[in-house]
Amino acid sequence: MKEDIKLMKGNEAIAHAAIRYGADGYFGYPITPQSEVMETLMAEQPWTTTGMVVLQAESEVAAINMVYGGASCGKAVMTSSSSPGVSLKQEGISYLAGAELPCLIVNVMRGGPGLGTIQPSQADYFQATKGGGHGDYHLITLAPASVQEMADFVALGFDLAFKYRNPAIILADGIIGQMMEKVVLPPFRKRRTEEEIREQNPWAALGKPKDRKRNVVTSLELDPAIMEQNNIRFQATYKRISENEVRFEEINCENADYLIVAFGSMARICQKTIELAAEEGIKVGLLRPITLWPFPSEAVARQADHVKGILSAELNAGQMVEDVRLAVNGKVRVEHFGRLGGIVPTPDEVLAALKEKLM
Amino acid sequence: MHMDINEIIKPENLVYTKPRLMNDNPMHYCPGCSHGVVHKLIAEVIDEMGIEEETIGIAPVGCAVFAYNYIDIDWIEAAHGRAPAIATAVKRLNPKKMVFTYQGDGDLAAIGTAETIHACNRGENIAIIFINNGIYGMTGGQMAPTTLEGMKTSTCPYGRNVALNGYPLRIAELVERVDGTCYVTRQSVHTPAAIRKAKKAIRLAFENSMAGKGTSMVEIVSTCNSGWKMSPVKANQWMEEHMFAKYPLGDLKNV
Repeated sequence: MKEDIKLMKGNEAIAHAAIRYGADGYFGYPITPQSEVMETLMAEQPWTTTGMVVLQAESEVAAINMVYGGASCGKAVMTSSSSPGVSLKQEGISYLAGAELPCLIVNVMRGGPGLGTIQPSQADYFQATKGGGHGDYHLITLAPASVQEMADFVALGFDLAFKYRNPAIILADGIIGQMMEKVVLPPFRKRRTEEEIREQNPWAALGKPKDRKRNVVTSLELDPAIMEQNNIRFQATYKRISENEVRFEEINCENADYLIVAFGSMARICQKTIELAAEEGIKVGLLRPITLWPFPSEAVARQADHVKGILSAELNAGQMVEDVRLAVNGKVRVEHFGRLGGIVPTPDEVLAALKEKLM
Repeated sequence: MHMDINEIIKPENLVYTKPRLMNDNPMHYCPGCSHGVVHKLIAEVIDEMGIEEETIGIAPVGCAVFAYNYIDIDWIEAAHGRAPAIATAVKRLNPKKMVFTYQGDGDLAAIGTAETIHACNRGENIAIIFINNGIYGMTGGQMAPTTLEGMKTSTCPYGRNVALNGYPLRIAELVERVDGTCYVTRQSVHTPAAIRKAKKAIRLAFENSMAGKGTSMVEIVSTCNSGWKMSPVKANQWMEEHMFAKYPLGDLKNV
């Protein structure tokens, strides 16, 4: 079969992949640099083809609660936004986690804090991987480094979300969202029928047939003894995810003397950095976490056994470096390099930082 | 002469029974509160329309947070104020189902004002049941947007002062002006006649939703005798004298 290859932006790839996945609904609110997701969906009009619902909400708060409503019915629903908008969604995300609902959230990060800038950033690493809203919870956090991965992670995110009944988030940034690359679009999947949803998600609130008890989707439980049990169940889910779903990529890590850990657009920049280093005779490997939560701690720890130093390169003031240091546990030196506020470094800059901080 | 209960309650003798869809869970509502009566009316309407298998209720945050414990249908418990956004998605993703929200005045008229106005403006085919008792009941009687001028609550202990707190917000008048609503009415449940009218209003709202006519809102001016610190009887009298003056009963819109 001929592959469906297109040239498009990362944000557009998300939209096309969502339609092709057989997503039931998208609910969003405009914000730069991710508005092309909803714009593409509105132009494609999937409600006339697959039956997918696309709605522009009155706010990010409403959009995430629309996702909560759709997810409560067992539907495959999603939203996308950028950093300030994702902050607004945190209440709803906490409720989604607390009610054990699957859904897909996309954050095309920009620089903050506050209104910040519309330029790319990775400063929402903590927010995405450590919870973000109130309560003890985690999101399955996927970090795409290409337009292809923007497309591929829609299906991966939805599948993992439904497998574990937990929200998944694609943590991209303004570079990945805006840059154009070749992408092989995934094949079309049929949207699930109501019968299939009822069978696969017996907890879904779709109307109560006479032969089952009523379904109540809620995160509320006033009895602390039961609420503790609920939390223990959530933690057991997070443990299963941590054991089974860690994803990462290693480039030139064998025999490397130094290691760079970087995700998303920063990993793409660092691919060039390790080439420049090799030209100078410095053996540098790149470990790219694909899942930021669960974090590839064991893979990082393995590298720490044979490298002289590790550089965590991020578009922030030092967030992932904390997870790298936890994984390394003092075995070797771990330093951070970052540019802030929407500034994107060159590969040379990263190499210079590596030499200065580690050599 | 001894008679068995089945001999007394023959179908021809039966004048009233607990709605089939109300379950036996003990209610957490205070005696005298309007919530229980409104729950009963909703359960009756769903049963009489024969739509229990197609109905999804959205419960609020507030006293009615546990509405899902009492009416035997599928429920979704919303974050505070977000029920209309949740109902929007549930209805759009399941256009043949009956979707309604059940919300108090803190939930709907304060924190959820944006979600309310915009769901109404989009003409979502949902029914919004709005309990207006002028106070935050669940959290212990604080001032609501609907609290009357001069009315005392725990956060306006000397009475609501409009210079400080603004004016009582009339939500029904607001959404009546919004083009997406097809039916906006204000009812109460303080007398048998009022209960019958309120039930008719809820039925019409549900029928509108199933017919795809737009958004229907049934506001029910209610008592919170605990929050108002009155006996149930006195609360009803006070509601008639004061609440109805600011929130007059009747249809505001029926198109």
